Amino acid sequence: MSTVTTDPHAHAEHEHHHGPAKGLKRWLYTTNHKDIGTLYLLFALTMFFIGGAMAMVIRAELFQPGLQIVEPNFFNQMTTVHGLIMVFGAVMPAFTGLANWLIPMMIGAPDMALPRMNNWSFWILPFAFSILLLSLFMEGGGPSFGWTFYAPLSTTYSNDSTALFVFSVHIMGISSIMGAINVIVTIMNLRAPGMTYMKMPLFVWTWFITAYLLIAVMPVLAGAVTMVLTDKYFGTSFFDAAGGGDPVLFQHIFWFFGHPEVYIMILPAFGIISAIVPTFARKPLFGYASMVYATASIALLSFLVWAHHMFTTGMPVFAELFFMYCTMLIAVPTGVKVFNWVATMWRGAMTFEVPMMFALAFIVLFTIGGFSGLMLAITPADFQYHDTYFVVAHFHYVLVTGAIFSIMAAAYYWLPKWTGHMYDETLGQWHFWCSLISVNVLFFPMHFVGLAGMPRRIPDYALQFADFNALISIGGFAFGLSQLLFVALVVKCIKGGKKATAQVWEGAEGLEWTIASPAPYHSFTTPPEIK
Amino acid sequence: MSEKYEHYYVPEQSPWPIVGAVALFMIAFGAGNYVNEVTKDQPGYGGYLLLAGVATLIFMLVGWFRNVIDESMNGLYSRQLDRSFRQGMSWFIFSEVMFFAAFFGALFYARMIAIPWLDGASNNASTAAVLWPAFEAAWPLLKTPGGTETQAMPWQGLPLYNTLILLASSVTLQFAHMGLEQNKRGQLKLMLGLTILLGACFLALQGVEYVHAYQDLGLKLDSGIYGNTFFLLTGFHGLHVTLGAIFLLVMFLRIVLKNHFTAHKHFAFQAAAWYWHFVDVVWLCLFIFVYVL
Repeated sequence: MSTVTTDPHAHAEHEHHHGPAKGLKRWLYTTNHKDIGTLYLLFALTMFFIGGAMAMVIRAELFQPGLQIVEPNFFNQMTTVHGLIMVFGAVMPAFTGLANWLIPMMIGAPDMALPRMNNWSFWILPFAFSILLLSLFMEGGGPSFGWTFYAPLSTTYSNDSTALFVFSVHIMGISSIMGAINVIVTIMNLRAPGMTYMKMPLFVWTWFITAYLLIAVMPVLAGAVTMVLTDKYFGTSFFDAAGGGDPVLFQHIFWFFGHPEVYIMILPAFGIISAIVPTFARKPLFGYASMVYATASIALLSFLVWAHHMFTTGMPVFAELFFMYCTMLIAVPTGVKVFNWVATMWRGAMTFEVPMMFALAFIVLFTIGGFSGLMLAITPADFQYHDTYFVVAHFHYVLVTGAIFSIMAAAYYWLPKWTGHMYDETLGQWHFWCSLISVNVLFFPMHFVGLAGMPRRIPDYALQFADFNALISIGGFAFGLSQLLFVALVVKCIKGGKKATAQVWEGAEGLEWTIASPAPYHSFTTPPEIK
Repeated sequence: MSEKYEHYYVPEQSPWPIVGAVALFMIAFGAGNYVNEVTKDQPGYGGYLLLAGVATLIFMLVGWFRNVIDESMNGLYSRQLDRSFRQGMSWFIFSEVMFFAAFFGALFYARMIAIPWLDGASNNASTAAVLWPAFEAAWPLLKTPGGTETQAMPWQGLPLYNTLILLASSVTLQFAHMGLEQNKRGQLKLMLGLTILLGACFLALQGVEYVHAYQDLGLKLDSGIYGNTFFLLTGFHGLHVTLGAIFLLVMFLRIVLKNHFTAHKHFAFQAAAWYWHFVDVVWLCLFIFVYVL
């Protein structure tokens, strides 16, 4: 199998692609899942720092009450573009990069099913984000309506950059849809003989389900931005009551995309944690089948809960209750997952290398984010929390200490497989502890200022929030600086270090650990046997 | 199981994807600027960039598909890859369904929630009394709360003929497909040609209908939510019919000029046919919910 075709004609003609091409062309024209995975991961890391720099601007402004450093309009652009970049530029591409690197190796496939389309999916992204970032330098500035671009902020009251925003979201969506189709087709079609669905590693399962969410909701986002475009520029009134539309309609369409989107950003994280915990507990994952069903249940429920973002818009009570109960129902499959991770560790022979540390931090801190989510799901309570820093605290716990921590854990876990070298454990532990402490200094106090009534997305605040905000900002700067340790560690690991074995981790199981470290350019030359 | 790996084909490196990415960049950046220039009557380069982007995209598609067709005709593709293509195409069509779902969702929301609420339904009596007391809920919404008036597009006449034309085209396409599978190349060519012709008729009549709407009925893109949903739904559908017809035309040319496809191996033809049937189904929903009901 693999590139070694049995057809002699094809073999002679295509003998030359057994190794990577040389120079820039390798990266521009590549059809190799590992090259494309690397590109995705490096792109995501770059965007993480650009989006992070914007967060630093926000925290610098909020260090003290009053307007200190930036204009309110620029502040709004920072909150908006920070959100867009972190969601679409950092977290999603990082997961896609991991999917590219790992799924073919985990299912014993030679590559992704549609390798050229894979290349196209990636290379759209740098262009899409160039457009978004360039729009910041336009006259009147970039998008400033929040990453959720609610109408009429994005229609009646937005600036000229809106059209660029709309079209850049369009091409990001094209990229995501193609990436998702590729993942689905690869998993359905390229599993090694014997790799049945219920033998697939959970990372593959979670990505399989994530990919379905992506193709179901990214087109809806495309529809939403299209209606914003025509409302702003071509006189339609989808989101304008004077023409028979409704601004709340925007929120329905947006969150029909937006809520599955948050699971798109967390389901692959569940897969990563389900790979790491068994390795370092030296026990098989507890409740594999229930993990699969829990993931599928979360995905299905994610289509029935969107309006919990909109409790204060004046929906009928029936709708408020329906969305409240459905939202709380999600706690059940999520609880199954947390229970299974803990049960996997129970009486395991645990060691605490950096990937495991990040995974443990994930389990604790993501659960805190889940609990604050439950609080937000209570309709009457949400009227108090809505649009405050409590919400900011909630979604940063699930996205930073959830999604980002899982990506960090994944990077540490598989770096030896990717580079062939062990990373520097001491530096890694420094990175972990600095991140862990600073991230809690950064986000935990936000719960309190939020409950006390500090609104989000405002560059100024009342004096009683001053001390907490100074503390939050210090945590923010410390968290930002800590991530430089990660970059240093990755560079060091690529350049050299202790040689990694094929197995890398004592307790690691799965096909990717049966091939050499670093993984050869084409993983499997014969179909691996799956017992 | 070993059959599965009989001859897995890892495609060669290809310059086309990056050309495609540059094309999409030009389209997005060009369109983003062009929209501002057009609506504000400013001079600018956006339109040219957009056109250059579209040209580059067409250049890319031609090159990429030529490449793929050559490889396929040289027998490089395995059955496994054929399955990958089929599944890829099905999921692509599913994503298209979801794109239309967003606009249908907007239509249903406007009809069933937004408009009745503006007239005081549910618990909105005071909203109606304060905002637009004279407003009366109706669908089609011929007079918006803001006062824009228009006339409704009746479903009898042109839209009905168009529905019959498009349904007929799905039938002729099915006959073409049967011709291909039974090796009746004459039937294949005739029926496929007829399908494309019917598609072209549909598009032409759709053009006539738009002119009629703008000139006689005063039904325009900006005539409130009725005109908005009418033009965006039929417009995006028309765009998809255009793409589907081009897709079928390419198949027609491959069959007539190059004698491509056999009774057993014709993925591209099948993909084009799926797409066409999908466009047809969307039209049926459109006809029912936009025109009739």
